[in-house]
Amino acid sequence: MVNTKDQIINVFDEQKIRKNEALISCSGVNVFYSDKQALFDVNLDIKEKEVTSLIGPSGCGKSTFLRCINRMNDVIETCSIEGLIKINGQDIYDPKIDVVELRAKIGMVFQKPNPFPKSVYENVAYGPRLHGMFINKSDMDKKVEESLVRAGLWNEVKDRLQEPGTSLSGGQQQRLCIARAIAVDPEIILMDEPCSSLDPIATAKIEELIDELKVNYTITIVTHSMQQAARVSQKTAFFHLGHLIEVGETENIFRNPINKQTEAYVTGRYG
Amino acid sequence: MNSRQKKLTLKRRFAEKRFRYYGLASLFLATTMLFIIIFSMMYRAVPAFTNYGMNLEINLPISESEDSDSQDLNYRRIINKSILSLAPDCMDRSCKRDLVRLFSSGASYDLREYIEKNSSYTNETFSLFILFSDDADLFYKFGIDEDLTEEERRLDDREVRWLQQFQKTGKVESRISKNMFLNGDSREPEIAGVLGAVIGSLYTILITLLISFPIGVFTAIYLENFAVKSRITDFIEVNINNLAAVPSIIFGLLGLALFINFFGMPRSAPLVGGCVLSLMTLPTIIISTRASLQAVPPSIREAALAMGASEMQVVFHHLLPASLPGILTGTIIGLARAFGESAPLLLIGMVAFIVDIPGSITDPATALPVQVYIWADSPERAFVAKTSAATLVLILLLVIINLAAVIMRKRYELKW
Repeated sequence: MVNTKDQIINVFDEQKIRKNEALISCSGVNVFYSDKQALFDVNLDIKEKEVTSLIGPSGCGKSTFLRCINRMNDVIETCSIEGLIKINGQDIYDPKIDVVELRAKIGMVFQKPNPFPKSVYENVAYGPRLHGMFINKSDMDKKVEESLVRAGLWNEVKDRLQEPGTSLSGGQQQRLCIARAIAVDPEIILMDEPCSSLDPIATAKIEELIDELKVNYTITIVTHSMQQAARVSQKTAFFHLGHLIEVGETENIFRNPINKQTEAYVTGRYG
Repeated sequence: MNSRQKKLTLKRRFAEKRFRYYGLASLFLATTMLFIIIFSMMYRAVPAFTNYGMNLEINLPISESEDSDSQDLNYRRIINKSILSLAPDCMDRSCKRDLVRLFSSGASYDLREYIEKNSSYTNETFSLFILFSDDADLFYKFGIDEDLTEEERRLDDREVRWLQQFQKTGKVESRISKNMFLNGDSREPEIAGVLGAVIGSLYTILITLLISFPIGVFTAIYLENFAVKSRITDFIEVNINNLAAVPSIIFGLLGLALFINFFGMPRSAPLVGGCVLSLMTLPTIIISTRASLQAVPPSIREAALAMGASEMQVVFHHLLPASLPGILTGTIIGLARAFGESAPLLLIGMVAFIVDIPGSITDPATALPVQVYIWADSPERAFVAKTSAATLVLILLLVIINLAAVIMRKRYELKW
């Protein structure tokens, strides 16, 4: 008899990465929605403890690419993926990979804040509870507080932990979602235009937060704001019509891009 | 603004106003209809809740209870003796029969009950409230119809004279009819009650709920979240929608053929009724559950999946709680429809004349709507009021069910 547990490989169990090797490495990634191709042969490496931003005009496949990393595209029935995506040297589309385990280690923050219709506390405690991280209530309380502190929300919500998460303001909700994502101690955080529905002040707070979080986490962020990409990220990748046009140090991408299309986009001439 | 635009604006404003009046008019019409139905029902049901009776002097003879076989007969004889003492001039057989006929045949049971409760069985005289039979009761309530000749009336002149005579003694009074609420069906209107039908209906609806709720909800969850879209699921979906439109009597035929003839379940039992009605309720529950599952924002599902929740955890932690109000509403609507259904129950034998109050789901029983049908079909005039009263009880129970739905919906409603 085969024990199913033996068949499951946990991507993050062993520390396989050597120095200067990418945490996430993608090669030849093609994505199709039914018969429409959304990504063409994307090769991209993402380094540990760095912020990588994905920029490009709407519909260029940035979000699609982001969702390949935590296999959220599996949910879409018509979506099919070709190519190799490795995290920690392990192919994440290997049938032996348990997708639930994978997603537990990759936090995701969405475009629109989407807290659960539960209390602030329950929102943050949901992940740890799901993965059985704590038995004690005091440990859980500590974790919730720690996550909220890290997300820069603790001072604003410490007196209203039992209020529904949906009663917070938009910016607070988004930071609550970030707290929820980091409560399970992920390795990677994916952010899909986290500031697109927020005002400038809330945006500034989130950007500050990203800066602090990069010490502990590998962050990949999709953004429409070039200034944001320039401010928060070390690496920038420019997508256009499903192709990865250029990737490099953020400074280089914005100061002296190699590709003409990149230059046109970052200087605001099109897109 | 030129004149053409001005005209257009005026026209639009008028159309707006007219539309509002249409809405108001239809609302008024609908509520008027509802009130007319409810009030006419109440008006006609009122006589069914009271019953005229008379305090009779009962004289118990000594040691007649030793012979247990003839006990019922003895009680009847005791009652008849005190009835006949009301009109001493009544000598011949037909006169006596007519006089006794004015009182309810259930009086002997009342007497037995009274004696068993008070356990006083000596040679004593006491007064007992004896119900009149339906014809006498209707005479006190409505008088006699002057247009009819004596031969056409239910009561002849002599009987009318007796009843008037009784009233003069001051012993005749109208009381709330306990029988109406505490008895099962009966051939005698003054004895017949709705309790048997109410209990039967509740058993039936309980079975319906227990069968259709879990099956319906799980079917909907599977179709909505797990099933891969294919021709087969499309086919199933179309058929579920069709099932909702099938006339209910067809389900009765199915129940008769399948549950009773094939599985050999007991005839006339709430168990079978519940099974049949759950077939009818299932599509309603499936459709409403799917609709409310679809109404949950996909972002919640995505958030949970991204947290590392499995599909099943997403369903049970997020989708079900969020769609519970909708599911409950759909279920209650389905159950309310099943509660008011009579046609399928007729076919599986729940239309039988059943006096006993059902004690379990396999006992023969009838349901409230069927009781309404049975009484509406009965020739005795007093059943007209009974029919309305049973309908009122049915409506009342439906209101209670719907209120429960509203309360539960409020209780589980989430704010986004």
